[in-house]
Amino acid sequence: MRYIPLTDDDRRAMLETIGVESVDDLFQDVPAAFRYPELQLPKPMTEMEIMRELDMIAAENANLREFASFLGAGAYNHFVPAIVDTIISRGEFYTAYTPYQPEISQGTLQAAFEYQSMVAALTGMEVVNASHYDGATAVAEAAIMAVNIQRHKRRTIVVSPTLHPQYREVLRTYVQGMDMKIIGDETHDNDFHALIDLADDDTALVIVQNPDFLGQLHTPQEMQDLADAVHAKGALLAVSTDPIALGLFKPPGQYGADIVTAEGQSLGNSLSFGGPYLGIFAFRMKHVRKSSGRLVGETVDAEGKRGYVLTLSTREQHIRREKATSNICSNQALNALAAAVYLAAMGKHGLRKVAELSWHKAHYAAQEIDKLADYQVIQDKPFFKEFVVQCPRPVAEINQYLLEEYGIIGGYDLSQDYPHLGHAMLLCVTEMNTREEIDDLVTALSEAARPPILLNLEAAS
Amino acid sequence: MKFDDYIYDLSSPGRTGVDLPEPDVPPTPIPEEFLREDLPLPELSLPQVTRHYLRLSQKNYAVDKGFYPLGSCTMKYNPKVNEWAVRLPGFANIHPLQHPHTVQGAMGLMYELQEMIGEIAGFDAVSLQPAAGAHGELTGVLIMRAAQLARGETQRHKVLVPDSAHGTNPASTSMAGFTAVEIPSDKDGNVHIEALKAALDDEVIGIMITNPNTLGLFESNIVEVCELVHEAGGLVYGDGANLNAIVGIVRPGDLGIDVMHFNLHKTFSTPHGGGGPGSGPVGVTAELAPFLPGPIVALNEAEDAYIWHYPEKSIGRIKSFYGNFGVMVRAYAYIKMHGAEGLRRVSETAVLNANYLQARLLQMGDYPVPYGHRFCKHETVAQGKIAGAEDVRTLDIAKRLIDYDFHPPTIYFPLIVHEALMIEPTETEDKETIDAFLDALDKIADEARENPDLLHEAPHHAPVRRLDEVRAARHPILIRLPSAKAASER
Amino acid sequence: MTLKYDPNVKYAKTDEWARVEGDLVVVGISDYAQDQLSDIVYVELPEVGAQVSAGDVVGTVESVKAAADLMTPVSGEIVEVNEALDDSPELLNEDPYGAWIFKVKPSDLAELDDLMTAAEYEAYNATREH
Repeated sequence: MRYIPLTDDDRRAMLETIGVESVDDLFQDVPAAFRYPELQLPKPMTEMEIMRELDMIAAENANLREFASFLGAGAYNHFVPAIVDTIISRGEFYTAYTPYQPEISQGTLQAAFEYQSMVAALTGMEVVNASHYDGATAVAEAAIMAVNIQRHKRRTIVVSPTLHPQYREVLRTYVQGMDMKIIGDETHDNDFHALIDLADDDTALVIVQNPDFLGQLHTPQEMQDLADAVHAKGALLAVSTDPIALGLFKPPGQYGADIVTAEGQSLGNSLSFGGPYLGIFAFRMKHVRKSSGRLVGETVDAEGKRGYVLTLSTREQHIRREKATSNICSNQALNALAAAVYLAAMGKHGLRKVAELSWHKAHYAAQEIDKLADYQVIQDKPFFKEFVVQCPRPVAEINQYLLEEYGIIGGYDLSQDYPHLGHAMLLCVTEMNTREEIDDLVTALSEAARPPILLNLEAAS
Repeated sequence: MKFDDYIYDLSSPGRTGVDLPEPDVPPTPIPEEFLREDLPLPELSLPQVTRHYLRLSQKNYAVDKGFYPLGSCTMKYNPKVNEWAVRLPGFANIHPLQHPHTVQGAMGLMYELQEMIGEIAGFDAVSLQPAAGAHGELTGVLIMRAAQLARGETQRHKVLVPDSAHGTNPASTSMAGFTAVEIPSDKDGNVHIEALKAALDDEVIGIMITNPNTLGLFESNIVEVCELVHEAGGLVYGDGANLNAIVGIVRPGDLGIDVMHFNLHKTFSTPHGGGGPGSGPVGVTAELAPFLPGPIVALNEAEDAYIWHYPEKSIGRIKSFYGNFGVMVRAYAYIKMHGAEGLRRVSETAVLNANYLQARLLQMGDYPVPYGHRFCKHETVAQGKIAGAEDVRTLDIAKRLIDYDFHPPTIYFPLIVHEALMIEPTETEDKETIDAFLDALDKIADEARENPDLLHEAPHHAPVRRLDEVRAARHPILIRLPSAKAASER
Repeated sequence: MTLKYDPNVKYAKTDEWARVEGDLVVVGISDYAQDQLSDIVYVELPEVGAQVSAGDVVGTVESVKAAADLMTPVSGEIVEVNEALDDSPELLNEDPYGAWIFKVKPSDLAELDDLMTAAEYEAYNATREH
């Protein structure tokens, strides 16, 4: 038992101190009828054995180091500098817990404070919390916060149909017991005017995404007009955004957003099959008392030296219990640390460059694909790094061809979430995609369009 | 470079920590109207970034550094092989929306983890989606809500919560739209049975119960509690925060618990990350299985392939994608390395360590142990009430422990114990360390009587002295950005 | 340090005091309450104009580690709040009977009869756990 240091002698001495014969005596208050079940689990493995097994399991997955990928839709393959993993692998960071004792947690606390500051700079907002679970749960927390800000007098949330479908689903799951109404995404009319028309004196919050789920960018002026209209109706505006896009584009804080949320995975966190990710949550200072999640604040120690503490904790469950602004306790601290290291390393110039590279490559890809006779890129609005392509046949079939013939992981199939778009694929291009990969994609798409292709989905495995 | 530099203080115009290639495609102009004027991020070189964060790390206490007996948090050793595993490209670099055929390894791992933790705790179905314990609680209470509504029990709106419960229990109850009703504990630290009976009626959704509870005690009436709640038409939620005491000892599902969350970051050794990420899977009985959040992994036996399955009456998705997969990989490796026998050994040792600690505290006599007449489970709750040192408080004792190079226990929780010191040694500590910790507590008791100011002013040997939390809360400074003027002066 | 009791106010069991000034009732928290909370860092003030009933939660008083509900001891309309507490919540610690929190235009002054006198409140506090 390599993780358990007690020797047999230790055990004997300890049992003697306790005054019992055996460890069994310590479990006499466990109902005898159920004590010591025979667990049906695989037999124990040594480290050598588990490494071999995990190596094999990992090898069964098609990973993005080996396969070119054009998949985005809320999880993005951006460059992660090696420094990020070096720092988050420090035992001092990853084997600590919530900084309840600030005197011996200044590393975690200062890093979190710096994360809050850098993300505030990025989003143009006044306060950023220490993290929520992911981009989806951050949206749900925004809705709950807005209702609290409105003192529960307004209980309707208007959501844009181009807010990430999973975020809308999570929002509905979260508030199903809260006597709140979620409207706005029943239609696919992706028009701010429609959303504004829906907002009334019961509307607490309007939530939109920019760049939206389909990759499209709304101009800062459109966003400002939306914010003004929403505010005129007495409601608040939340914007779900892409932090990489903010390396280049005007941030929501500069066009009137009251709450800004984002999936922060792109900032230095690996794809990891969907998690752990990072829920970015930013808002205006005047709403801080109604906000959820941990906050780190600057203060001084007994000798006047600068230091950091968890603050405004009376909002939280461990103090306010049933009246807390949220039940969140553990958050995504290490992912926030990764984001902080990423932002510090990338800095002002690096992040802008990542966004520019994504822009240029995505636009090159869109232009080349649009030249194909059988494909059409939807371009009624500018886009950032994702765009919708209408395809000549079901996306699943095309993606299978891409994977089998070219080792390319194709785009996201929109037919489930947006059936009115037909055979539509959401493609994502980042700085990680080379021109060669993009050219291969174009060739592969071109070939995949040509019938007949004999496809057998079941044989693919 | 000074030790205490703030990240923006290190910034100088023109520096960068990452060089990126020039575009290999013809550029497309970016419309001016979209562009931001300024991006006020710091400008640092890579050596600066490295030193800054390395120095910050050195100001932290951590399990890898020393004893971290933070009660209710199970700060056990985190196996390094798990960190190796999650960085394998086949785990770290797979996209959640890839076709299932291309991620059968990952889905198989999730499936096996669902099966293993279901087996360990006695549940028929498991969802791995919740991201943390509190997230699992919300999921569990929503499942109870959905199940009661499906039974036609629309009038139920109260959730019973023992007074010893974590704050997350009543907070999760509120988020699900219900009212928390507090149930007192009896003199032995169990749920007060008569109070429970009095509270049970047809408005009760169910009870949330932590077992072992936050006093570190096994609810010896647990079977009766479950029966009473079930008879009243309620459901029993198990808060699995303290599962580390009973793996291989007893299965919550066998005792009558209907739904429970696991804390993979406690029981199954995944690191706490400075506050997260955790993972809070939820296990349920067969009756509640259709309500689990989806998708979960199912095995299509005909095709011998893992598929995504959305339970038919699901409460819905509680998180994007499938949960904190990286945490699942670590828990999987931990369970596979231990097997049934090893896991039982873990719990037995965690309980042995805690009882040894409690027995020695009782012998020392300086720190009252209010439930010391019972054997504890994974943790013991003492009080920072030292006879002859009445103006010394638990907070002072905790801060003085820092000077002895220990992380303090959880303090002032559970709320029902005055001046609580909640101590959880876990199974990965050796006897010498526990002895040294007890010796420190012994010396601190002497110091408290002889020189209380030594405690009031502690810690003396930490990177900072006691911090002014009142100032931080009265006039919150939550971000610090360089002013435009300061930036231009650089 | 002994706690102060003001003979000119009436006390609620929830530790608010009430004092009649003209046709208004002025409300604050007792010296006992501020002592129990220790350093007060934030006061969530009631909404001016709100119609309230005796016993309603109208705000909160917070220290670093605790949050106490603020209840109105009398029914009526909230007509004024002490905005100085926004910037200086510590006034409640420094001068609990000088630093009022809100003023009510009472609908039923008889409700004051249900409150405790200073002597009664002092005796009541003696029975509470410290």
